[in-house]
This record gives sequence, C-alpha cells and structure tokens, in this order.
Amino acid sequence: MKKVLFYTNQFFGQVGGEDMAYCQPEVTEGMRGSANTFGAPLKDTAEIVATVVCGDNFYAENMETGRAFLREQIEKYHPDMVIAGPAFNAGRFGIACGDVCKTAKEMGVEAITGLYEENPAVEMYKKDCYILKVGKSAAGIRKAVPLMAGFAKKLLTGEKIGSPKEEQYYAKGQRVNLFREKNGAERAVDMLLAKVNGQPYETELEISTYEKVEPSTPIADLSKAKIALCTTGGIVPFGNPDHMVAATAKFWKDYALGDAQRLEQGQWESVHAGFDPVYANEDPNRVAPYDMLKILEKEGVIGSVHPFLASTTGNSTSVADATRMGQEIARRLLDAGVNGVLLTST
Amino acid sequence: MEKAGIPAAHICTVTPISKTVGAARIFGAQAIPYPTGDPHLSREKEMARRREIVTGALALLTSSDKSVDGESNAVFTD
Repeated sequence: MKKVLFYTNQFFGQVGGEDMAYCQPEVTEGMRGSANTFGAPLKDTAEIVATVVCGDNFYAENMETGRAFLREQIEKYHPDMVIAGPAFNAGRFGIACGDVCKTAKEMGVEAITGLYEENPAVEMYKKDCYILKVGKSAAGIRKAVPLMAGFAKKLLTGEKIGSPKEEQYYAKGQRVNLFREKNGAERAVDMLLAKVNGQPYETELEISTYEKVEPSTPIADLSKAKIALCTTGGIVPFGNPDHMVAATAKFWKDYALGDAQRLEQGQWESVHAGFDPVYANEDPNRVAPYDMLKILEKEGVIGSVHPFLASTTGNSTSVADATRMGQEIARRLLDAGVNGVLLTST
Repeated sequence: MEKAGIPAAHICTVTPISKTVGAARIFGAQAIPYPTGDPHLSREKEMARRREIVTGALALLTSSDKSVDGESNAVFTD
C-alpha cells in the first residue's frame, strides 16, 4: 500500500474561512477535510496517512516556514506522494499547492495538484510538478477528485503517463521521445489531406495564439502630448537596489527621473540576462532613449516627457505576467495624464 | 496600454515577435542590445540615428493608417 500526504488550506481543511487565513500549518493523522474525498478513489492503491492544513495567508507570506513544516512531515511519514489541493482558481492557495509540490519533488517525493488554467500558479509551477486541469471553483470538485486520484494511482503504480491532453495536465515543457508507425513527413501529409478534405486532424505542436490589440485613438497633436518611456530592457539604477531579475520578471519598477536630461552611464545599468549589456551600460539611452525625448521636448516636437521610467526585464517573461504588468503600467500612466508611450525592447 | 486608451509604439528589433503577440504599433529598432543606438557610429551619428527611431515611433502614435513606413514600421489594425 502506497502512502499519500495530503495538503490543503484552512477552508478545505475545515479550520475556518478568511478569518483563519493566517493559521499556522498543522498536521492531522489520516484524512481531514477535503482529503476525505480522495480516500475512496485511492483505496486499493494508497492510503492518506496524514493531512497538512495551513492558512492561505500564512503560507503565502511565510513560505520558508511552510516549506520547513512540510519537509518535517515528509521526513516523518515517508509518503510516496503528496497531493495538494485542488486549488481551482484560488491565488494564494494555488501558489501554496504549487510550492508544496515543488518542495516535495525536491525531496524526491512525487507530487501533484489541480488548478484552473488561469490560476497564476499554473505558469509558476507547471514545470515543477504535474498540475491537473480542474474547474474554476470548488463546484468543480466532483470532476477534479476522480481526475486527480486516477492520475495519482497511475503515477504510484508506475503506469505509463500519457500526453498532457490524454491525462489532462498542463504541459510541463518537456520533450518525450516516442516511436510512431509513420514518420513525420507521412504524418504531415496525412494531416494536410485531412485538412483539405475538411476532416478532423490534430496538430502535434500547438502554437500559442495571441490576442491582436486594436490601436487606440491616435494622438491629435504631438506638440501638446505627454509622452512616457517604458522598457523591457532591464534598465535599473546602478547596483540594482530593487533586485530586478535577469529573466522571467513578475514585477516592474517606476523610476523617478526628476529633472534628469538623460540616463547617465554609471547611474543606470541593464540586468537583463538575454543580451550583452555592455553597450547599454556604456549609454543606457541606447535601450531607453530618455535623452532624445528630452531633446524633442525642448524643441517643442512633443509637449512634455513623463519624468519616470517604467522598467522590467523582458526575458522569458510569461504572456500572463506581461499582460498584467502592462495593465498596471497603463493605470499608472492614465493617472499621470500620459497621452502616448514609447516602449523599447531588447 | 492601447486597450487602456493610450497609444503605445513598440520599438523592437525582432518585429515579427511583436506582431505575433499582437502589438498595434511597431517600429523597427537598431539592434537587440541597442535598440535606440549604435556603438559603431560616432556620437553625432548615433544621436541622429536615435532621433530617427524615436521620431519615427512617435509618428506612429499620431497615425491610424495601416502602414506608416513600409513593412515593419506600422500601425496594425487587423
């Protein structure tokens, strides 16, 4: 019989609601709260030996403590697998589940969770563990439990794991070698024939689809417009006081430029790890052309320059994070009465 | 930003990426490590090149035409 350690939050662990979101992690022998729903579908294969319950705020704000607690329980119970959640579209709970799974995997213990596709934790943790696709809210638990329990049993018994589509987990970004009866050329021709004949076919490599953005109303008179400068070139004050990351940024910074006329060498640098920053460090205006905007302001070509640089690192940044940061920056610029934006990318 | 109602021009070197992700106004930059500069030019010439790129991108903010300056520098409406 395999052993499963279950993780859930204060709500599903029946400690309490949002008022208990700061409750510290605690462990109960056997099943507690939503763990009970997994008991029956797992039986014959695995037993839930203990349930860890932790408040959403507590885990999100004290991740190291949460991890340490989990590690202790893993050392105590020696589970074959950790099952966390499902957390549906819950932000903090989702991140806790992802982090719990990642921590377990780091200790060599298999771990799975279940999240809704838009839960930011999917993007954050899908490479670290299997995340099963579940509904948006707890109303989806009836479908989520058999899906997750069935997948858990496969993993526990060493059964072959199918494709993300077959098993309904988020693709982990791994390439797996497999043998096919027909070679690539034959399969491509089959696919093309099916397509021209109007028959169903399935791509073997899905290309991400992006939304096309409609241009907004153009600026009527540049000489009266307030222009802001944004960059994804990782330009930060020298020494990087805010610890801007070199890749996969999830935040941006708004740097006040006061009455500076340009970005001076030695006062600014690029922390972007996706290009050689030598030229940008020599002259940061090569990435964020603040000097030229100030010149054009003096010449009256543009009305004024918004005296801030909105900066982040655009290196393997997820579309979801980039979209969110763009929305945040837009709100800030609207509040500042900005009429137009130049956004530079490296 | 465009969705929030602020015209925004993307100055980037690999413009097809910008187009793929749906940017509405795109202006071709100098190079990946120095989109608005060129260390191989004299200081004066580099500033002239920067002016060209910045004013070109600014022009996109005032336009709703499908094509402002050839293939890569354009307002995309489809």
